[in-house]
Amino acid sequence: MISIRNISKTYGETEALHDITLEINRNELFGLIGPDGAGKTSLMRILMTLLLPDSGSASLDGCDVVKEFRKIRKMVGYMPGRFSLYQDLTVEENLHFFATVFGTTVEENYELVKDIYSHIEPFGTRRAGKLSGGMKQKLALSCALIHKPKILVLDEPTTGVDAVSRKEFWEMLKNLQKKEITILVSTPYMDEANLCDRVALMQKGTLLDVDSPGRIIQKFGKRVLAARSENMFRLINDLRTFPKAASVYAFGQFAHFTSPDDDVEVNELENFLLKNGHQAVEVEEIEPGIEDVFMGLMQNSLQQSVAAGNTNNKPSKKQT
Amino acid sequence: MENRQPVIKAENMVKKFGAFVANDHLNFEVYQGEIFGFLGANGAGKTTAIRILCGLSTPTSGNITVGGFDIYRETELIKKNIGYMSQKFSLYEDLTVSENIRLYGGIYGIPWRRRKEKEKELLRKLELEEARNKLIAGLPLGWKQKLAFSVAILHDPAIVFLDEPTGGVDPITRRKFWDLIYEAADRGITVFVTTHYMDEAEYCSRVSIMDAGRIEALDTPENLKKQYNARNMDEVFVKISRK
Repeated sequence: MISIRNISKTYGETEALHDITLEINRNELFGLIGPDGAGKTSLMRILMTLLLPDSGSASLDGCDVVKEFRKIRKMVGYMPGRFSLYQDLTVEENLHFFATVFGTTVEENYELVKDIYSHIEPFGTRRAGKLSGGMKQKLALSCALIHKPKILVLDEPTTGVDAVSRKEFWEMLKNLQKKEITILVSTPYMDEANLCDRVALMQKGTLLDVDSPGRIIQKFGKRVLAARSENMFRLINDLRTFPKAASVYAFGQFAHFTSPDDDVEVNELENFLLKNGHQAVEVEEIEPGIEDVFMGLMQNSLQQSVAAGNTNNKPSKKQT
Repeated sequence: MENRQPVIKAENMVKKFGAFVANDHLNFEVYQGEIFGFLGANGAGKTTAIRILCGLSTPTSGNITVGGFDIYRETELIKKNIGYMSQKFSLYEDLTVSENIRLYGGIYGIPWRRRKEKEKELLRKLELEEARNKLIAGLPLGWKQKLAFSVAILHDPAIVFLDEPTGGVDPITRRKFWDLIYEAADRGITVFVTTHYMDEAEYCSRVSIMDAGRIEALDTPENLKKQYNARNMDEVFVKISRK
Protein backbone atom coordinates (compact mmCIF):
# COMPACT_ATOMS: atom_id res chain seq x y z
CA MET A 1 0.00 0.00 0.00
CA ILE A 2 2.90 2.32 0.83
CA SER A 3 6.11 1.73 -1.03
CA ILE A 4 9.30 3.63 -0.18
CA ARG A 5 12.42 3.13 -2.31
CA ASN A 6 15.86 4.51 -1.47
CA ILE A 7 14.63 7.78 -0.02
CA SER A 8 17.25 10.22 1.24
CA LYS A 9 16.77 13.72 2.60
CA THR A 10 19.34 16.21 3.86
CA TYR A 11 18.89 19.55 5.61
CA GLY A 12 22.10 21.52 5.23
CA GLU A 13 24.72 19.24 6.75
CA THR A 14 22.25 17.07 8.62
CA GLU A 15 21.17 13.87 6.96
CA ALA A 16 17.61 13.30 8.10
CA LEU A 17 16.96 10.17 6.04
CA HIS A 18 19.58 7.85 4.65
CA ASP A 19 18.54 5.54 1.81
CA ILE A 20 15.28 4.31 3.32
CA THR A 21 13.48 1.41 1.64
CA LEU A 22 10.28 0.14 3.20
CA GLU A 23 7.00 -1.55 2.23
CA ILE A 24 3.82 -1.13 4.24
CA ASN A 25 1.01 -3.57 3.48
CA ARG A 26 -2.64 -2.89 2.91
CA ASN A 27 -4.64 -2.69 6.13
CA GLU A 28 -1.55 -2.93 8.26
CA LEU A 29 -1.04 -1.05 11.54
CA PHE A 30 2.57 -0.05 11.04
CA GLY A 31 4.74 1.80 13.57
CA LEU A 32 7.78 4.00 13.08
CA ILE A 33 9.52 3.69 16.43
CA GLY A 34 12.37 5.99 17.36
CA PRO A 35 13.48 9.06 19.33
CA ASP A 36 13.44 12.70 18.19
CA GLY A 37 15.80 13.19 15.27
CA ALA A 38 15.33 9.63 13.95
CA GLY A 39 13.70 10.94 10.76
CA LYS A 40 10.11 9.86 11.44
CA THR A 41 8.54 13.24 10.69
CA SER A 42 10.63 13.82 7.54
CA LEU A 43 9.58 10.45 6.16
CA MET A 44 5.92 11.13 6.90
CA ARG A 45 6.06 14.59 5.36
CA ILE A 46 7.52 13.11 2.17
CA LEU A 47 4.71 10.54 2.05
CA MET A 48 2.17 13.30 2.67
CA THR A 49 3.58 15.22 -0.35
CA LEU A 50 4.58 18.12 1.87
CA LEU A 51 8.31 17.65 1.41
CA LEU A 52 10.39 16.56 -1.59
CA PRO A 53 13.02 13.86 -1.12
CA ASP A 54 16.57 14.56 -2.39
CA SER A 55 16.61 11.15 -4.03
CA GLY A 56 14.54 7.99 -4.17
CA SER A 57 10.82 7.59 -4.74
CA ALA A 58 7.67 6.60 -2.91
CA SER A 59 4.13 5.70 -3.82
CA LEU A 60 0.86 5.31 -1.98
CA ASP A 61 -1.65 2.87 -3.45
CA GLY A 62 0.27 3.10 -6.71
CA CYS A 63 0.36 6.92 -6.86
CA ASP A 64 3.74 8.61 -6.95
CA VAL A 65 4.27 11.14 -4.13
CA VAL A 66 5.80 13.74 -6.44
CA LYS A 67 3.87 13.39 -9.70
CA GLU A 68 0.47 12.47 -8.31
CA PHE A 69 0.38 14.52 -5.15
CA ARG A 70 -3.17 15.70 -5.81
CA LYS A 71 -4.54 12.17 -5.81
CA ILE A 72 -2.59 11.32 -2.68
CA ARG A 73 -3.87 14.29 -0.74
CA LYS A 74 -7.43 13.04 -1.30
CA MET A 75 -6.76 9.51 -0.15
CA VAL A 76 -4.79 10.21 3.04
CA GLY A 77 -5.70 11.49 6.46
CA TYR A 78 -2.81 13.18 8.24
CA MET A 79 -2.48 14.12 11.87
CA PRO A 80 0.76 16.07 12.27
CA GLY A 81 2.69 16.17 15.52
CA ARG A 82 1.67 19.67 16.41
CA PHE A 83 -1.94 20.35 17.06
CA SER A 84 -3.39 20.94 13.58
CA LEU A 85 -6.82 22.36 14.29
CA TYR A 86 -8.16 25.87 14.03
CA GLN A 87 -8.02 27.04 17.63
CA ASP A 88 -10.65 29.75 17.20
CA LEU A 89 -13.18 27.56 15.46
CA THR A 90 -15.49 25.43 17.56
CA VAL A 91 -15.36 21.66 17.68
CA GLU A 92 -18.24 21.35 15.20
CA GLU A 93 -16.85 24.04 12.91
CA ASN A 94 -13.51 22.28 12.71
CA LEU A 95 -15.08 18.99 11.74
CA HIS A 96 -17.35 20.61 9.13
CA PHE A 97 -14.46 22.63 7.77
CA PHE A 98 -12.32 19.55 7.15
CA ALA A 99 -15.25 17.68 5.61
CA THR A 100 -16.00 20.59 3.24
CA VAL A 101 -12.37 21.00 2.17
CA PHE A 102 -12.40 17.38 1.04
CA GLY A 103 -15.73 17.82 -0.75
CA THR A 104 -17.81 15.71 1.58
CA THR A 105 -20.10 16.22 4.56
CA VAL A 106 -19.97 15.19 8.19
CA GLU A 107 -23.25 13.32 7.76
CA GLU A 108 -21.91 11.19 4.91
CA ASN A 109 -19.01 9.74 6.87
CA TYR A 110 -20.28 10.11 10.41
CA GLU A 111 -20.26 6.33 10.94
CA LEU A 112 -16.49 6.23 10.68
CA VAL A 113 -15.78 8.88 13.31
CA LYS A 114 -18.76 8.19 15.55
CA ASP A 115 -16.91 6.18 18.21
CA ILE A 116 -14.25 8.85 18.59
CA TYR A 117 -16.28 12.00 17.98
CA SER A 118 -19.09 11.02 20.37
CA HIS A 119 -16.69 11.68 23.29
CA ILE A 120 -16.36 15.33 22.32
CA GLU A 121 -19.76 15.94 20.77
CA PRO A 122 -21.16 17.35 24.04
CA PHE A 123 -18.55 20.14 23.70
CA GLY A 124 -19.49 20.86 20.08
CA THR A 125 -19.79 24.60 20.56
CA ARG A 126 -16.55 24.99 22.47
CA ARG A 127 -13.57 26.50 20.69
CA ALA A 128 -10.88 23.96 19.85
CA GLY A 129 -8.26 26.06 21.65
CA LYS A 130 -10.17 25.60 24.90
CA LEU A 131 -10.21 21.80 24.83
CA SER A 132 -8.10 19.60 27.09
CA GLY A 133 -5.19 17.69 25.56
CA GLY A 134 -7.06 14.42 25.29
CA MET A 135 -10.10 16.04 23.67
CA LYS A 136 -7.97 17.96 21.16
CA GLN A 137 -6.40 14.70 20.16
CA LYS A 138 -9.80 13.09 19.58
CA LEU A 139 -10.97 16.06 17.52
CA ALA A 140 -7.79 16.05 15.43
CA LEU A 141 -8.26 12.36 14.73
CA SER A 142 -11.92 12.91 13.78
CA CYS A 143 -10.90 15.69 11.38
CA ALA A 144 -8.20 13.49 9.80
CA LEU A 145 -10.81 10.77 9.24
CA ILE A 146 -13.88 12.70 8.12
CA HIS A 147 -13.17 12.28 4.38
CA LYS A 148 -12.80 8.50 4.81
CA PRO A 149 -9.14 8.16 3.87
CA LYS A 150 -7.63 4.86 2.72
CA ILE A 151 -4.44 5.64 4.57
CA LEU A 152 -4.15 7.31 7.95
CA VAL A 153 -0.80 8.84 8.93
CA LEU A 154 -0.29 9.93 12.55
CA ASP A 155 2.86 11.72 13.66
CA GLU A 156 3.51 11.03 17.35
CA PRO A 157 -0.14 11.20 18.41
CA THR A 158 0.68 10.01 21.93
CA THR A 159 3.71 12.16 22.76
CA GLY A 160 3.20 14.03 26.01
CA VAL A 161 -0.05 12.16 26.58
CA ASP A 162 -0.54 10.35 29.88
CA ALA A 163 -0.39 6.56 30.12
CA VAL A 164 -4.15 6.07 30.36
CA SER A 165 -5.06 8.32 27.41
CA ARG A 166 -2.34 6.61 25.40
CA LYS A 167 -3.96 3.23 25.98
CA GLU A 168 -7.35 4.60 24.92
CA PHE A 169 -5.84 6.11 21.78
CA TRP A 170 -4.34 2.79 20.71
CA GLU A 171 -7.69 1.11 21.24
CA MET A 172 -9.19 3.65 18.82
CA LEU A 173 -6.52 2.85 16.25
CA LYS A 174 -7.20 -0.89 16.55
CA ASN A 175 -10.87 -0.22 15.85
CA LEU A 176 -10.07 1.90 12.80
CA GLN A 177 -7.91 -0.86 11.43
CA LYS A 178 -10.98 -3.09 11.40
CA LYS A 179 -12.57 -0.57 9.05
CA GLU A 180 -9.92 -1.35 6.45
CA ILE A 181 -7.76 1.69 6.89
CA THR A 182 -4.00 1.34 6.51
CA ILE A 183 -2.39 3.10 9.46
CA LEU A 184 1.13 4.47 9.70
CA VAL A 185 1.90 5.83 13.17
CA SER A 186 5.10 7.12 14.74
CA THR A 187 6.01 7.09 18.41
CA PRO A 188 9.01 7.58 20.69
CA TYR A 189 7.46 5.19 23.25
CA MET A 190 9.09 1.81 22.73
CA ASP A 191 6.35 -0.08 24.56
CA GLU A 192 3.84 0.98 21.91
CA ALA A 193 5.72 -1.10 19.32
CA ASN A 194 3.97 -4.16 20.70
CA LEU A 195 0.60 -2.75 19.63
CA CYS A 196 1.60 -2.63 15.93
CA ASP A 197 1.48 -5.44 13.37
CA ARG A 198 4.94 -4.52 12.15
CA VAL A 199 7.37 -1.79 13.10
CA ALA A 200 10.45 -0.05 11.77
CA LEU A 201 12.96 0.82 14.48
CA MET A 202 14.50 4.14 13.40
CA GLN A 203 17.59 5.94 14.60
CA LYS A 204 19.43 8.88 13.01
CA GLY A 205 17.83 8.53 9.59
CA THR A 206 18.33 4.79 9.23
CA LEU A 207 16.23 1.70 9.85
CA LEU A 208 17.71 -0.52 12.54
CA ASP A 209 15.22 -3.28 11.77
CA VAL A 210 11.80 -3.84 10.18
CA ASP A 211 9.61 -6.74 11.31
CA SER A 212 6.81 -7.78 13.63
CA PRO A 213 7.56 -6.95 17.28
CA GLY A 214 7.58 -10.67 18.11
CA ARG A 215 10.15 -11.54 15.46
CA ILE A 216 12.32 -8.54 16.28
CA ILE A 217 12.55 -9.79 19.85
CA GLN A 218 13.20 -13.38 18.69
CA LYS A 219 16.07 -12.27 16.48
CA PHE A 220 17.73 -10.36 19.33
CA GLY A 221 19.08 -13.62 20.68
CA LYS A 222 20.79 -12.21 23.74
CA ARG A 223 20.06 -13.37 27.26
CA VAL A 224 18.77 -10.65 29.53
CA LEU A 225 19.02 -10.94 33.30
CA ALA A 226 16.82 -8.69 35.41
CA ALA A 227 18.19 -7.77 38.82
CA ARG A 228 16.79 -5.76 41.67
CA SER A 229 17.87 -4.73 45.13
CA GLU A 230 16.89 -2.12 47.67
CA ASN A 231 18.92 0.67 46.07
CA MET A 232 18.70 1.18 42.30
CA PHE A 233 21.49 3.76 41.98
CA ARG A 234 24.00 1.54 43.78
CA LEU A 235 22.70 -1.55 41.97
CA ILE A 236 23.41 -0.05 38.55
CA ASN A 237 26.81 1.30 39.51
CA ASP A 238 27.85 -2.03 41.02
CA LEU A 239 26.56 -4.10 38.10
CA ARG A 240 28.61 -1.97 35.73
CA THR A 241 31.75 -3.03 37.60
CA PHE A 242 30.91 -6.71 37.10
CA PRO A 243 33.74 -8.06 34.92
CA LYS A 244 31.49 -9.65 32.30
CA ALA A 245 28.98 -6.80 31.87
CA ALA A 246 28.17 -5.68 28.33
CA SER A 247 25.24 -3.43 29.16
CA VAL A 248 23.47 -2.41 32.36
CA TYR A 249 20.37 -0.23 32.18
CA ALA A 250 17.52 0.59 34.50
CA PHE A 251 14.13 -0.78 33.46
CA GLY A 252 11.57 0.34 36.00
CA GLN A 253 12.24 -1.47 39.27
CA PHE A 254 14.81 -3.77 37.63
CA ALA A 255 18.20 -3.34 36.07
CA HIS A 256 18.65 -5.28 32.85
CA PHE A 257 22.00 -6.93 32.40
CA THR A 258 23.62 -8.50 29.34
CA SER A 259 27.06 -10.07 29.00
CA PRO A 260 29.24 -10.26 25.87
CA ASP A 261 29.11 -14.06 25.60
CA ASP A 262 25.79 -14.75 27.34
CA ASP A 263 27.61 -16.92 29.87
CA VAL A 264 26.64 -15.21 33.10
CA GLU A 265 24.25 -17.27 35.20
CA VAL A 266 21.57 -16.05 37.59
CA ASN A 267 23.29 -17.30 40.75
CA GLU A 268 26.62 -15.79 39.68
CA LEU A 269 25.08 -12.33 39.52
CA GLU A 270 23.13 -12.90 42.73
CA ASN A 271 26.28 -13.82 44.63
CA PHE A 272 28.11 -10.83 43.23
CA LEU A 273 25.39 -8.47 44.48
CA LEU A 274 25.17 -10.12 47.89
CA LYS A 275 28.93 -9.87 48.23
CA ASN A 276 28.65 -6.15 47.49
CA GLY A 277 26.27 -5.74 50.40
CA HIS A 278 22.98 -5.45 48.51
CA GLN A 279 19.80 -6.42 50.26
CA ALA A 280 16.56 -7.88 48.95
CA VAL A 281 18.46 -9.18 45.92
CA GLU A 282 16.46 -10.84 43.15
CA VAL A 283 17.85 -11.97 39.81
CA GLU A 284 15.98 -13.76 37.06
CA GLU A 285 16.37 -14.42 33.38
CA ILE A 286 13.69 -12.66 31.37
CA GLU A 287 12.37 -12.35 27.86
CA PRO A 288 13.81 -9.16 26.34
CA GLY A 289 11.44 -6.36 25.32
CA ILE A 290 11.50 -4.04 22.30
CA GLU A 291 13.38 -1.43 24.32
CA ASP A 292 16.16 -3.93 25.14
CA VAL A 293 16.42 -4.73 21.45
CA PHE A 294 16.40 -1.10 20.38
CA MET A 295 19.19 -0.26 22.78
CA GLY A 296 21.17 -3.30 21.66
CA LEU A 297 20.80 -2.33 18.00
CA MET A 298 21.75 1.26 18.81
CA GLN A 299 24.96 0.08 20.44
CA ASN A 300 25.75 -2.19 17.50
CA SER A 301 25.29 0.60 14.98
CA LEU A 302 27.54 2.84 17.09
CA GLN A 303 30.19 0.15 17.11
CA GLN A 304 29.89 -0.33 13.37
CA SER A 305 30.50 3.35 12.79
CA VAL A 306 33.55 3.07 15.05
CA ALA A 307 34.76 0.02 13.14
CA ALA A 308 34.21 1.88 9.86
CA GLY A 309 37.14 4.11 10.71
CA ASN A 310 35.64 6.73 12.92
CA THR A 311 38.68 6.38 15.15
CA ASN A 312 38.13 9.64 17.00
CA ASN A 313 35.39 8.00 19.00
CA LYS A 314 36.09 6.00 22.05
CA PRO A 315 36.83 2.33 21.35
CA SER A 316 33.92 0.04 21.99
CA LYS A 317 33.77 -1.91 25.20
CA LYS A 318 32.27 -4.99 23.63
CA GLN A 319 33.88 -7.53 21.38
CA THR A 320 37.55 -8.22 21.75
CA MET B 1 12.52 9.71 55.88
CA GLU B 2 10.54 11.51 58.59
CA ASN B 3 13.57 12.80 60.45
CA ARG B 4 14.73 14.53 57.32
CA GLN B 5 14.05 18.18 56.69
CA PRO B 6 11.03 18.89 54.50
CA VAL B 7 12.03 21.08 51.56
CA ILE B 8 8.47 21.53 50.37
CA LYS B 9 5.50 21.69 52.69
CA ALA B 10 2.00 22.03 51.29
CA GLU B 11 -1.04 22.16 53.56
CA ASN B 12 -4.47 22.36 52.00
CA MET B 13 -3.17 23.94 48.82
CA VAL B 14 -6.10 25.13 46.72
CA LYS B 15 -6.11 26.85 43.35
CA LYS B 16 -9.32 27.84 41.61
CA PHE B 17 -9.81 29.31 38.19
CA GLY B 18 -13.32 30.73 38.41
CA ALA B 19 -15.52 27.81 39.37
CA PHE B 20 -12.92 25.26 38.28
CA VAL B 21 -10.83 23.73 41.07
CA ALA B 22 -7.45 22.87 39.57
CA ASN B 23 -5.82 21.94 42.90
CA ASP B 24 -8.20 20.67 45.53
CA HIS B 25 -6.66 20.70 49.02
CA LEU B 26 -3.27 19.18 48.27
CA ASN B 27 -1.30 17.98 51.28
CA PHE B 28 2.24 16.74 50.92
CA GLU B 29 5.82 17.14 52.06
CA VAL B 30 8.97 16.58 50.04
CA TYR B 31 12.19 15.80 51.89
CA GLN B 32 15.77 16.77 51.26
CA GLY B 33 17.62 14.61 48.74
CA GLU B 34 14.46 12.85 47.71
CA ILE B 35 13.44 12.11 44.11
CA PHE B 36 9.77 12.97 44.22
CA GLY B 37 7.69 11.78 41.26
CA PHE B 38 4.70 13.99 40.54
CA LEU B 39 2.37 12.03 38.27
CA GLY B 40 -1.11 12.45 36.90
CA ALA B 41 -3.12 12.34 33.71
CA ASN B 42 -3.18 15.38 31.41
CA GLY B 43 -5.36 18.01 33.03
CA ALA B 44 -5.08 16.52 36.52
CA GLY B 45 -3.56 19.76 37.86
CA LYS B 46 0.18 19.04 37.88
CA THR B 47 1.29 22.11 35.95
CA THR B 48 -0.85 24.38 38.12
CA ALA B 49 0.76 22.95 41.25
CA ILE B 50 4.30 23.27 39.86
CA ARG B 51 3.69 26.89 38.87
CA ILE B 52 2.62 27.65 42.43
CA LEU B 53 5.59 25.86 43.98
CA CYS B 54 7.96 27.80 41.69
CA GLY B 55 6.47 31.10 42.84
CA LEU B 56 4.92 31.88 39.45
CA SER B 57 1.30 31.68 40.49
CA THR B 58 -0.46 32.50 43.76
CA PRO B 59 -2.64 29.81 45.31
CA THR B 60 -6.22 30.59 46.26
CA SER B 61 -5.59 29.27 49.79
CA GLY B 62 -3.35 26.98 51.82
CA ASN B 63 -0.09 27.11 53.77
CA ILE B 64 2.87 26.39 51.54
CA THR B 65 6.60 26.77 51.98
CA VAL B 66 9.34 25.94 49.48
CA GLY B 67 12.92 25.78 50.71
CA GLY B 68 11.64 27.28 53.96
CA PHE B 69 10.20 30.35 52.21
CA ASP B 70 6.57 31.40 52.21
CA ILE B 71 4.78 31.04 48.90
CA TYR B 72 2.80 34.30 49.30
CA ARG B 73 5.41 36.70 50.63
CA GLU B 74 8.77 35.33 49.57
CA THR B 75 8.38 34.27 45.94
CA GLU B 76 11.56 36.07 44.89
CA LEU B 77 13.58 34.15 47.50
CA ILE B 78 11.95 30.93 46.33
CA LYS B 79 12.97 31.63 42.73
CA LYS B 80 16.59 32.08 43.85
CA ASN B 81 16.61 28.77 45.65
CA ILE B 82 15.08 26.51 43.05
CA GLY B 83 16.09 25.24 39.66
CA TYR B 84 13.65 24.56 36.84
CA MET B 85 13.92 22.60 33.64
CA SER B 86 11.03 22.19 31.23
CA GLN B 87 10.62 19.75 28.37
CA LYS B 88 11.61 22.61 26.07
CA PHE B 89 14.99 22.76 27.81
CA SER B 90 15.04 26.56 28.37
CA LEU B 91 18.46 27.10 26.78
CA TYR B 92 19.12 30.00 24.41
CA GLU B 93 19.43 28.39 20.99
CA ASP B 94 21.43 31.21 19.42
CA LEU B 95 23.99 31.37 22.19
CA THR B 96 26.89 28.94 22.52
CA VAL B 97 27.30 26.31 25.20
CA SER B 98 29.68 28.51 27.20
CA GLU B 99 27.52 31.58 26.79
CA ASN B 100 24.50 29.75 28.14
CA ILE B 101 26.42 28.58 31.21
CA ARG B 102 27.72 32.12 31.85
CA LEU B 103 24.32 33.66 31.29
CA TYR B 104 22.63 31.39 33.83
CA GLY B 105 25.52 31.85 36.24
CA GLY B 106 24.94 35.59 35.98
CA ILE B 107 21.17 35.35 36.37
CA TYR B 108 21.58 33.29 39.53
CA GLY B 109 24.10 35.80 40.88
CA ILE B 110 27.08 33.46 41.09
CA PRO B 111 30.22 35.62 41.60
CA TRP B 112 32.32 36.08 38.46
CA ARG B 113 35.33 34.09 39.64
CA ARG B 114 33.21 31.19 40.85
CA ARG B 115 31.31 31.30 37.57
CA LYS B 116 34.48 30.67 35.57
CA GLU B 117 35.39 27.71 37.76
CA LYS B 118 31.89 26.32 37.46
CA GLU B 119 31.95 26.67 33.69
CA LYS B 120 35.21 24.77 33.42
CA GLU B 121 34.06 22.09 35.81
CA LEU B 122 30.78 21.62 33.98
CA LEU B 123 32.28 21.47 30.49
CA ARG B 124 34.65 18.78 31.67
CA LYS B 125 32.01 16.76 33.44
CA LEU B 126 29.64 16.82 30.46
CA GLU B 127 32.48 16.22 28.00
CA LEU B 128 31.49 19.37 26.16
CA GLU B 129 34.90 21.06 26.17
CA GLU B 130 35.25 20.77 22.41
CA ALA B 131 31.71 21.96 21.82
CA ARG B 132 31.99 25.00 24.12
CA ASN B 133 31.81 27.50 21.27
CA LYS B 134 29.06 25.73 19.35
CA LEU B 135 25.56 27.15 19.17
CA ILE B 136 22.93 25.28 21.15
CA ALA B 137 20.72 25.07 18.04
CA GLY B 138 23.07 22.57 16.39
CA LEU B 139 23.55 20.22 19.35
CA PRO B 140 22.03 16.75 19.59
CA LEU B 141 18.99 16.55 21.83
CA GLY B 142 20.74 14.41 24.44
CA TRP B 143 23.51 17.00 24.93
CA LYS B 144 21.03 19.85 25.20
CA GLN B 145 19.17 17.92 27.84
CA LYS B 146 22.26 17.23 29.94
CA LEU B 147 23.29 20.85 29.67
CA ALA B 148 19.83 22.18 30.50
CA PHE B 149 19.75 20.07 33.64
CA SER B 150 23.24 21.06 34.71
CA VAL B 151 22.46 24.73 34.16
CA ALA B 152 19.26 24.39 36.19
CA ILE B 153 21.33 23.24 39.19
CA LEU B 154 24.35 25.49 38.54
CA HIS B 155 23.57 27.56 41.65
CA ASP B 156 23.19 24.45 43.87
CA PRO B 157 19.51 25.02 44.58
CA ALA B 158 17.72 23.23 47.41
CA ILE B 159 15.32 21.78 44.90
CA VAL B 160 15.07 21.33 41.17
CA PHE B 161 11.79 20.99 39.26
CA LEU B 162 11.90 18.84 36.15
CA ASP B 163 8.82 19.01 33.95
CA GLU B 164 8.81 15.98 31.63
CA PRO B 165 12.56 16.17 31.14
CA THR B 166 12.92 12.98 29.08
CA GLY B 167 10.25 13.35 26.40
CA GLY B 168 11.37 12.30 22.95
CA VAL B 169 14.93 11.19 23.68
CA ASP B 170 16.25 7.74 22.82
CA PRO B 171 16.18 5.01 25.47
CA ILE B 172 19.91 5.12 26.19
CA THR B 173 20.01 8.91 26.58
CA ARG B 174 16.91 8.73 28.75
CA ARG B 175 18.69 6.39 31.15
CA LYS B 176 21.87 8.44 31.15
CA PHE B 177 19.73 11.38 32.13
CA TRP B 178 18.46 9.46 35.13
CA ASP B 179 22.06 8.82 36.14
CA LEU B 180 22.39 12.61 36.42
CA ILE B 181 19.22 12.84 38.48
CA TYR B 182 20.46 10.18 40.91
CA GLU B 183 23.77 11.97 41.18
CA ALA B 184 22.10 15.29 42.00
CA ALA B 185 19.89 13.64 44.62
CA ASP B 186 22.97 11.95 46.06
CA ARG B 187 24.50 15.42 46.49
CA GLY B 188 21.47 16.43 48.52
CA ILE B 189 19.49 18.28 45.85
CA THR B 190 15.80 17.48 46.05
CA VAL B 191 14.39 16.46 42.69
CA PHE B 192 10.74 17.09 41.86
CA VAL B 193 9.97 15.39 38.56
CA THR B 194 6.98 14.81 36.27
CA THR B 195 6.97 12.13 33.60
CA HIS B 196 4.68 10.09 31.40
CA TYR B 197 7.09 7.16 31.37
CA MET B 198 5.79 4.80 34.02
CA ASP B 199 9.10 2.93 34.24
CA GLU B 200 10.61 6.20 35.44
CA ALA B 201 8.05 6.36 38.23
CA GLU B 202 9.79 3.27 39.64
CA TYR B 203 13.06 5.22 39.96
CA CYS B 204 11.54 7.77 42.35
CA SER B 205 11.90 7.65 46.12
CA ARG B 206 8.22 8.49 46.46
CA VAL B 207 5.46 9.11 43.97
CA SER B 208 2.29 11.14 44.15
CA ILE B 209 -0.49 10.54 41.66
CA MET B 210 -2.99 13.29 40.92
CA ASP B 211 -6.43 12.83 39.47
CA ALA B 212 -8.98 15.58 38.86
CA GLY B 213 -7.19 18.12 41.05
CA ARG B 214 -6.55 15.82 44.00
CA ILE B 215 -3.67 13.69 45.18
CA GLU B 216 -5.15 10.22 45.06
CA ALA B 217 -2.07 8.33 46.18
CA LEU B 218 1.30 9.17 47.70
CA ASP B 219 3.86 6.62 48.78
CA THR B 220 6.97 4.72 47.71
CA PRO B 221 6.55 2.80 44.43
CA GLU B 222 6.89 -0.41 46.44
CA ASN B 223 4.03 0.42 48.81
CA LEU B 224 1.80 1.73 46.02
CA LYS B 225 2.18 -1.52 44.12
CA LYS B 226 1.22 -3.46 47.25
CA GLN B 227 -1.66 -1.16 48.04
CA TYR B 228 -3.14 -1.37 44.53
CA ASN B 229 -2.23 -5.00 44.06
CA ALA B 230 -0.33 -4.14 40.89
CA ARG B 231 2.75 -5.61 39.24
CA ASN B 232 4.21 -2.25 38.24
CA MET B 233 3.58 1.50 38.39
CA ASP B 234 1.85 1.46 35.04
CA GLU B 235 -0.89 -0.71 36.53
CA VAL B 236 -1.10 1.51 39.62
CA PHE B 237 -1.50 4.56 37.40
CA VAL B 238 -4.18 2.96 35.26
CA LYS B 239 -6.12 1.79 38.32
CA ILE B 240 -6.13 5.29 39.80
CA SER B 241 -6.80 7.27 36.63
CA ARG B 242 -9.35 4.99 35.03
CA LYS B 243 -11.76 4.42 37.86
